[in-house]
Amino acid sequence: MADVSLKQVRKSYGNVEVIKGVDIEIEDGEFVVFVGPSGCGKSTLLRMIAGLEDITSGTLEIGGRVVNDVQPKDRGIAMVFQTYAIFPHMSVRENVAFGLTIAGASKEEKDRKALEAARILQMEHLLDRRPSQLSGGQRQRVAIGRAIVRDPEVFLFDEPLSNLDAALRMDMRMEIGKLHKHLSATMVYVTHDQVEAMTLADKIVVLRDGIVQQIGAPMDLYHNPANLFVAGFIGSPAMNFMDVEVLDQSADGVTVKAPALDPVKLPGVGEAFTANSKAKLGIRPQYLSVAPDTHAGALHGKVALVERLGTETVVNVELTRGGRIVAALAEDRPLELGTDIALGFDPGQAHLFNETNT
Amino acid sequence: MASKLTTSNRTGWLFALPAVGLIALFIIVPFFLAFGFSLTNQRLISPNPTEYVGFENYESLLGLAVITLEPERDDGGNILRDEEGQPEYPRVRTITRSDDYPQYRGMREWFRWQSGDNARVVIAGDVIFMKALVNTLTFVFVVAPVQGGLALCLALLINQKLRGINVFRTVFFMPVVVSIVVVSLLWRFIYDGNDGLLNNILQGLTFGLFEPVDWLGNTDTALGSIIAMSIWQAVGFHMVIWLSGLQTISPTLYEAAEIEGASKWQAFRYVTWPGLRNTAVLVLIVITMQSFAVFAQVDVMTNGGPLDSTQTLVFQAVERGYGKQDISGGSTISVILFLVVLAISLLQRYLTREKA
Ligand SMILES: Nc1ncnc2c1ncn2[C@@H]1O[C@H](COP(=O)(O)OP(=O)(O)OP(=O)(O)O)[C@@H](O)[C@H]1O
Ligand SMILES: [Mg+2]
Repeated sequence: MADVSLKQVRKSYGNVEVIKGVDIEIEDGEFVVFVGPSGCGKSTLLRMIAGLEDITSGTLEIGGRVVNDVQPKDRGIAMVFQTYAIFPHMSVRENVAFGLTIAGASKEEKDRKALEAARILQMEHLLDRRPSQLSGGQRQRVAIGRAIVRDPEVFLFDEPLSNLDAALRMDMRMEIGKLHKHLSATMVYVTHDQVEAMTLADKIVVLRDGIVQQIGAPMDLYHNPANLFVAGFIGSPAMNFMDVEVLDQSADGVTVKAPALDPVKLPGVGEAFTANSKAKLGIRPQYLSVAPDTHAGALHGKVALVERLGTETVVNVELTRGGRIVAALAEDRPLELGTDIALGFDPGQAHLFNETNT
Repeated sequence: MASKLTTSNRTGWLFALPAVGLIALFIIVPFFLAFGFSLTNQRLISPNPTEYVGFENYESLLGLAVITLEPERDDGGNILRDEEGQPEYPRVRTITRSDDYPQYRGMREWFRWQSGDNARVVIAGDVIFMKALVNTLTFVFVVAPVQGGLALCLALLINQKLRGINVFRTVFFMPVVVSIVVVSLLWRFIYDGNDGLLNNILQGLTFGLFEPVDWLGNTDTALGSIIAMSIWQAVGFHMVIWLSGLQTISPTLYEAAEIEGASKWQAFRYVTWPGLRNTAVLVLIVITMQSFAVFAQVDVMTNGGPLDSTQTLVFQAVERGYGKQDISGGSTISVILFLVVLAISLLQRYLTREKA
């Protein structure tokens, strides 16, 4: 059983604190993804779990045991690096069985375990090759194979797919998803890639400047972002934000208005807002549609930029009454630049954030 | 299609001319001249015309034979013995000067060993050359592994993130930038038999029990002393080469090894050493070449002595060519040295080749 628990974990390099008191509970068998902008401390946090970085303060438990001062090899973890970190002078077989070599296992055991891991990753035919004879995806498979052979309770991945091209990334992503189901081990995964985060994770941890912003299931974060940062970070294209004024707050919703927007009532928004205060309205591009007269007050403007992706069309609209807004319209739509357009949205799908709630 | 470099680049070639000319004059031309002279009886200054002598120079340098001497016996067939009870043998020159053995003419005893009652004597056409050859090979086979290994140890120690580590880097590299002649002069004082630093230190450490040794004046210690000093002098250079090799190894590999539970030694064995393979080949070949060329230390510190115990090939080549004005003899030694170095380098390349 290997749940991982971080309690008030901090990390400083000299005077610079990069991890500022992080609490995360990871349950046994869970797939947890750390996301956040570059430099927010994802890798540092992962490396602290691995034991490659000291923990300045706080406690780290793996499987109920405090491991702050335990050697990496004794933590029951395996790690897969972005740069693969496979040994260039060893064959794939030797690489995969490296941990066993270190532990002094017999040749039969090494061969058996290496083959077993290779079978899981469908790379039996590669076992006798050298890393220089492998593609990037195959190298990463080898690195994952080496992790599997360790039979760890916790797998740690630091952006394992970022050096691969898009198609391969998708293959490997599914591969890792399958691996998680197959091994049912705890996995902690760091990525930049939203799609990886959304598809793989049982639970996503959003980090910013060494502070946890929100922890939750992917759809939870998508539909109920805790703050502006999470709202802007999760989802692509990013959520639109508009400065609004709160006109009225009642039991069944909050009424807001903005220069570009006629008063609209947002149902189901919390009581944290008071009349005559300022707030930020968030609308996901996907919830905007070309339907001037539906629902609430429409947003009028001119088409400023069109990106046709085939499955959807991303339109950048210059609003007549000031501001810009991005809409992701379903299906392919040939829109002329400069044409007038009106966008409507479902107030029930909109988000409202306090100014302070960044 | 002629490349632009060779056709329309007159200015470029003009700039290169001085360097190319000097290299040709002092390296390329002498290289071929040496082959030519080694087949003649050329002397530095001589009234007589130069004659082609074929491989005579090589024969007289490389001539080697083993002769068996039977002990002298009295009329009753008993072995004659000296005061210490050792058998007495006829003198070697009874053979090398005898008309019965024209093939041994002019050769001298190099060394001998006992085989039953008989003595076996190795005679050489040129004993000093043979000693120089053996000394040079000894020098190379001691210096190459010891200097290479020591340099690697220093590089591993220095390749750490510690405050002030650059001071050590500089200190170890310092002897490299000092002229070998200066270093040799200084070490002559260190090795001095009367009041040398080394003797003083050893006496201090043993509370006066140590008997002072004339390090450079003793046939048993002279070559060893030169070897030790040579290793010290150039170790910093090879340390820097090893360091550059160490820094090409990705730190992530060490982290991966650490997670797999590798000890310091295992990390060295499975990560560092394989990663240094190409560097090792380079260091080994460079040290070997430099060692074969050992000259200045000998020239400054011992002049080949005592009793030829520190003769080396290059020293002999210079000594003959310019000291004795025997240009053909010096050239022959140079050519032999070239062939030996070539053979050893090829062997090293072969042994350290990338196994596919
Ligand atoms: N050895 C170090 N010394 C000082 N600061 C460091 C060190 N390692 C990392 N940092 C700092 O810690 C912060 C977090 O780094 P980290 O590598 O964890 O970011 P990250 O979230 O993984 O970023 P990326 O997505 O670009 O990989 C960064 O601001 C970085 O500059
Ligand atoms: Mg990172």
